[in-house]
Amino acid sequence: MSATSARSGVDARSRAKLRTITLFLLPALVLYLLFVLFPVVQAAHYSVFKWNGLEPLDNFVGLKNYETAFNSDAFKTAVSNNLLIIVLSLAIQIPFSLSLALLLNRRFPGRAAFRLIFFVPYVLSEAITGVVFTLLLQPHALVDGSLQAAGLGGLVQHWLADTGIVMITMFIIITWKYFGFHMILLLAGLQGIPRELEEAALIDGAGRWQAFRYITLPLLGPTLRVSIFLSMIGSLQLFDMVWVMTGGGPLNASNTMAISMFKAGIKNQQMGYGSALAVIIFLFALVLALAYQRFVLRRDVEGALTAFNG
Amino acid sequence: MERRMALLETTARAKRRNRCRSRAAEEAPISELTLAVRSVGRFRRHPLTTARPTASIKEKAVNLVPKRLVAGIAVIALVASACSSSGSGSAVTVNWWHISTTDPAKSVFQSIADAYHTAHPNVTIKITILENEAFKTKLATELQAGNVPDLFQSWGGGIMAAQADAGMLKDITSDVASWKDTINPGALGIYAYKGKQYGVPWDMGMIGVWYNKALFKTAGISAPPATWDDFLADVGKLKTSGVTPLAIAGKDMWPSMHLWTYLVLRIGGKATLDQMVQSKNWNTDACTKAGAEVVKLNALTPYQDGFEGATYDNEAALVGNGKAAMEVMGQWAPVVEAADSTSKTGIGADLGWFPFPTVTGGTGLATDGVGGGNGVAVGKNASPEALDFLKFISQTNNANAINAANIGLSPVLGTEATVTDANLKLVLAGRATATNMQLYLDQATSPAMGTAINEATIALFDGKSDPAKVCKAITDAAAAQ
Repeated sequence: MSATSARSGVDARSRAKLRTITLFLLPALVLYLLFVLFPVVQAAHYSVFKWNGLEPLDNFVGLKNYETAFNSDAFKTAVSNNLLIIVLSLAIQIPFSLSLALLLNRRFPGRAAFRLIFFVPYVLSEAITGVVFTLLLQPHALVDGSLQAAGLGGLVQHWLADTGIVMITMFIIITWKYFGFHMILLLAGLQGIPRELEEAALIDGAGRWQAFRYITLPLLGPTLRVSIFLSMIGSLQLFDMVWVMTGGGPLNASNTMAISMFKAGIKNQQMGYGSALAVIIFLFALVLALAYQRFVLRRDVEGALTAFNG
Repeated sequence: MERRMALLETTARAKRRNRCRSRAAEEAPISELTLAVRSVGRFRRHPLTTARPTASIKEKAVNLVPKRLVAGIAVIALVASACSSSGSGSAVTVNWWHISTTDPAKSVFQSIADAYHTAHPNVTIKITILENEAFKTKLATELQAGNVPDLFQSWGGGIMAAQADAGMLKDITSDVASWKDTINPGALGIYAYKGKQYGVPWDMGMIGVWYNKALFKTAGISAPPATWDDFLADVGKLKTSGVTPLAIAGKDMWPSMHLWTYLVLRIGGKATLDQMVQSKNWNTDACTKAGAEVVKLNALTPYQDGFEGATYDNEAALVGNGKAAMEVMGQWAPVVEAADSTSKTGIGADLGWFPFPTVTGGTGLATDGVGGGNGVAVGKNASPEALDFLKFISQTNNANAINAANIGLSPVLGTEATVTDANLKLVLAGRATATNMQLYLDQATSPAMGTAINEATIALFDGKSDPAKVCKAITDAAAAQ
């Protein structure tokens, strides 16, 4: 900036404003740099070493840790499990939440109670949810017993012990835990849509489906896109509940990327390899988030995030 | 291994409840001593006073406790000075980190430290007590910074080896030479690495087969099996009688890994297993044959329904509730079975223990064991006083105190009599005659190798692998180390 000192007061004022902004941003910025950016850089640094956390950091191995990760069956399973949860969440969990939100947006007695009941699972911590479902899903426990009592004994499975079933079980529990959250989110979105629009469409001869498809859904778009975004990021970070319930087993069948990272870095003391996995997860999430924001959320956050890169 | 340590503490606590009443009467002197020391200990543990203990502090401490207890301290001083001849010198502080956060272990260790200080007023034992996980994190950080405690908690094996390789430990081979024969050689060997001694155990247990005598009787089995063939036959009989013959834990993996280790040990012998660990080549006869025996066992479908997802607690509950007839487990099993059972008392007198059976044609000794425990590793900067204190911990009287308080099974020879619990006595009998002791394989190797061994073997028990694949998976993991 080549501003002369004898410029108008506008410039001085904006400089003062900038100073104030900087001053107020500084504490948050320092914390962010120290606890978010610095560890990310550090992890990237560790990831090119073979290091157990004890020895000096001198065994440089280049990209070998990344190679190991992509050759590891356990990590490949983890990636496909994370993707599976993303796909199932988008295909089942969000539509389910949306239909419940539409239902609960109508006036009927007990509506508030239902909203509350559906939201309650979200309040539980993932670890507690994991413990509770582990108990319910034990062989011959409540779930198996209920199925048998209902004459559906044929449906009984080794919910957490069968490598072919365990991810489906996980998805059902994740859905149970998070549908209420998405429902509330979408409900808030629905309430922001003026009723007159739908009424007008109905008067103009649109059917219920048409009104939903061409009025409600487009107007709900911003909320829906945020809901999908949160669901995707959550699926990528999946850890607590799975760790508590199966530890990624049996035989890595319910492994997730975060579990792989935790096992390598903390349990196996392979800090270098664990860091490489952390970097992979980070890049995965970053690319997904940026792409989603760039192409999907763009309309919703116009000016806020997209202004910088056009 | 955290799990095991926690279990051990539970053991100690649970057992203490039953014992204290009866033991207190018989062993009044000991409990009185402990009491006296504990009150002094609390005083001395104050951060301001730990740094430089002086005569005046001691006097104050003495003034705080009743006269009756002063006598107790005097006795300790007597015992201590009788046992060690290290004279007075300049003031030295010995840093000792242990992870026994609860009583009785906490106060027993404090009393040992206080007794030593009384005998050697110039030496202060500065104890730092850390919770297991916090200990591991803090130790790793401190080691990286080069601040190695003089003495600290160790389980031997792979983690200790990594510390030794990083140059953090002191080679104490010559220092312990004069008194190492007082300790069970198998237990001592766990704290040696590449022919050098780096630590000393104060607790050593052994894995065996815990079984339900009543269920054996119902199934028509008169005596515990001595050979693997008998074992398989008994599994068949138990299955026919309608119970789960053997409980394992697919989620936690390590219980069945110990069974597999025993098979390798019985078939190939300790030397072969050592060779496999060191050469990193697991593609051996002993490994594939052990796997083949597991396949034979699998064919009898001996495990509980849904074992693939079961935790160790699930396993213990099945035995504790009399639903499963056997589990291959360490000395902590009776307490965990009781705690996890519906009645909270387990199967009581029906519980029995037998050493892992021999395998016909195998070259391993019937007396070789798989086990593990707790010990003290020596940091690189440890003073002669620290080593003298280590020797002091391993003296008969202190080993007896550890046994009596049920904190662990001391590996000091000649202290077996102070173990009174019937189940533990069985384990102890097995351990006392043990010719070799193989540390739990997932601890003997690096943590990453441990995970690889656990994962490879559980796949075999799950019926999703084959013997050769297991050996290859472990070899591959070892090659990546």
